[in-house]
Amino acid sequence: MSALQPGFADPVLDAQASFRAVLEAMSRPGRIIAITTPAPAPAPLNTAAAAVLLTLADAETPVCSDAGDAVAGWLGFHAGCPFTPAPDRARFVLATGAAPALTVLDAGTEEEPQTSATLIVQVEALAAGEGWRLTGPGIESEHRLRVYGLPEDFLSQWQAQRARFPRGVDVVLCAGDRLAALPRSVTIEEG
Amino acid sequence: MEAGYNFAYLDEATKRMIRRAILKAVAIPGHQIPFGAREMPLPYGWGTGGIQVTASIIGPADTLKVIDQGADDTTNAISIRRFFARVADVATTERTEDASIIQTRHRIPEAPLREDQILVYQVPMPEPLFRLEPRIAETKRMHALADYGLMHTKLYEDIARLGRIGTAYNYPVMVNERYLMSPSPIPAFDNPKMDRMPALQLFGAGREKRIYAVPPYTPVRSLDFEDHPFRAIRAPHACTLCNSTASYLDEVVTDDQGGRVYVCSDTDFCRTEQERAA
Repeated sequence: MSALQPGFADPVLDAQASFRAVLEAMSRPGRIIAITTPAPAPAPLNTAAAAVLLTLADAETPVCSDAGDAVAGWLGFHAGCPFTPAPDRARFVLATGAAPALTVLDAGTEEEPQTSATLIVQVEALAAGEGWRLTGPGIESEHRLRVYGLPEDFLSQWQAQRARFPRGVDVVLCAGDRLAALPRSVTIEEG
Repeated sequence: MEAGYNFAYLDEATKRMIRRAILKAVAIPGHQIPFGAREMPLPYGWGTGGIQVTASIIGPADTLKVIDQGADDTTNAISIRRFFARVADVATTERTEDASIIQTRHRIPEAPLREDQILVYQVPMPEPLFRLEPRIAETKRMHALADYGLMHTKLYEDIARLGRIGTAYNYPVMVNERYLMSPSPIPAFDNPKMDRMPALQLFGAGREKRIYAVPPYTPVRSLDFEDHPFRAIRAPHACTLCNSTASYLDEVVTDDQGGRVYVCSDTDFCRTEQERAA
């Protein structure tokens, strides 16, 4: 059995710093934010996705993960979250490989849209100032974001999901130690 | 920092629960999210919702400002500021421009807020429809359907009876043209400041156990009618201390002969104006 990697060096303050990074990303969709308090997560988990899950997941949030046993063991130990193989029953869905279709995840209900899943996707890279045009709450005029490594039909999936607001899945895109968020309220157009 | 407490008083599981609620609140602007509000070392109605939101976002790098009706020097503001200085060892300030987190009861600072600031509101009653429809199950359905005819009827009845909309504070707003939201009991004068504000706005209601949010640059529209447009009302006077004719004023009775003065409700703004004039 391999040795378990540690979690955050300071579980309280590192979680707070990571939360503020996620909050900033969610408040200003498409803006790329760096995680400054990395935890040494096992492969294939990247720094940003590891920080998001350590910060937000716990015993109350079933996680659906495609990242294998080492990650499940690490996350189960440090966050104490239960795992579920069913993506539609998870509060957090971690995709280190191909991202699942948004329609298979829990989108909440009309009355309680906040019960929806948050999809955490590891992507190859994020670039600001080019690519998609993002508009909506949190954005003064428009934000530009290019994402490398998402399914080709992600944009059409997103447009389909926009039609059912306030239901919908919120997405956190993680590349290395950087992340950007796509809350369900954002409108994405091809750049 | 006070020994024996976790950083910022709340335990980590509670903070995580509140943090998840805040993120969903930001993703669904204006929608109220239930959360498990904890007992705090001060009574309901003293800002327990705002304190729990602040405790869940605050870190050692933050500078906290707390205002109560615009003032930094009231009991509520001072005790909350001291609370966080004690349990989180954070820097506190009375200057709006120096703060990274501003917790407020019933006012928005006069100075425009920036992108790197977060405004946390203490909310007594998060449900804007509660005086019109007491059943929560029913108001939830009305929010789901964006069915806000009841509120328009109420405003119309005001106009029919009084000739104007009879709401001077807690004036209902539409957030991003989707959710009807209570702005908390800020004066209607402050409503226009919420519209497309560069700072993130978070709302916490402790007794009612609700959190909601307005992300930066989000349209916030005060409800009105074409022939009865929304007007931000202020007392038609200048501040006795700083002579400002733009700020929101408190009326202070000075004697029993009918004497009164008008002073800025935002004490930091008033002081800044006085320093500039001096």
